[in-house]
Amino acid sequence: MELVAAAALGKFIGAGLAAIGSGAAAIGVGHVAGNFLAGALRNPSAAAAQTATLFIGIAFAEALGIFSFLVALLLMFAV
Amino acid sequence: MADQSAKQGGGPIIKIAFFVVLALVLLSGAIFAPEHPGLAIHPMDQFEIKPLFGGDHLGTFTPTNQTLWMVLAIVGIVLLLVVGSRGRAIVPTRGQSIAELAYGFVYKMVEDVAGKDAVKYFPGIMTLFMFIVFANFLGLIPTSFTATSHIAVTAVLALIVFVFVTVLGFVKNGVGFLGLFWVSAAPLPLRPVLAIIEIISYFVRPVSHSIRLAGNMMAGHAVIKVFAGFAAALGLFGFLPILAIAAFYALEVLVAFIQAYVFSILTCVYLKDALHPSH
Repeated sequence: MELVAAAALGKFIGAGLAAIGSGAAAIGVGHVAGNFLAGALRNPSAAAAQTATLFIGIAFAEALGIFSFLVALLLMFAV
Repeated sequence: MADQSAKQGGGPIIKIAFFVVLALVLLSGAIFAPEHPGLAIHPMDQFEIKPLFGGDHLGTFTPTNQTLWMVLAIVGIVLLLVVGSRGRAIVPTRGQSIAELAYGFVYKMVEDVAGKDAVKYFPGIMTLFMFIVFANFLGLIPTSFTATSHIAVTAVLALIVFVFVTVLGFVKNGVGFLGLFWVSAAPLPLRPVLAIIEIISYFVRPVSHSIRLAGNMMAGHAVIKVFAGFAAALGLFGFLPILAIAAFYALEVLVAFIQAYVFSILTCVYLKDALHPSH
């Protein structure tokens, strides 16, 4: 019985730790967007053509945060 | 002139109406405050799939709220793109100009990101974009159901893209498609290591592609529901979370569009990889 309780506890602690990854992805997304803005303010005429690149960069940075979200989901509902 | 005077006359009335609504919200918060605050609203209940015509059985072909809102999304797309732009006027009506805007937007995206020779596959990407954007926006209607908040739906969309792009890559380039995994710009000893990483990242694509959309939709709607729970629990001060919900809702409208855009732009990127696999 103790073991089951410990497993449940570990599950929730693990899901909470996995949520840290989402915060890390947030840092990455902010980095991409901030650097885009810094570049765009230096050369505004070239910025409009690069918005697609911005979103692709954000999507790739976000993908790794999604894996931590996936780990949290798996721990909560699948394990 | 009449318009202007009506506007000037309407100002105070709108203000009074606003305060009346605010007072009603306050009053209802005081009257309907639950006995056990915090338990009144479950944020994940809105994603529950229920059969449309009663009963508890969920078979393969049971019509559910999921299918209903997917059909409504398709009906909305048909209304906008077929019925709305039927006039083909030179000076477009509102519906026609929205349809033309959407068409031009997606067309330009495919052309810019995936290249000129990918324009052949524009109808598929347009379909994906319109379906996702309509499902997202319909899901923002209060008490409705967000079809794209379920990984089952987005995973199928992502798998269609993944399988199509992989098959297309092999059909267009033959074995040369494997060059996508062989980074010829890197030094030779490093290439096998990079190949393993590239292969893993290739097969992980549909996972991130689908969970990004479903996760964003689910999280946004759950946040709104959590704040609704605060509003129910706070009673007299329930209007404060409601103001926060208004702000979150505005953000969700933005997210609903951006996620549809990101989904289709990533499809374009994968399509480009399939057509030009040289690394």
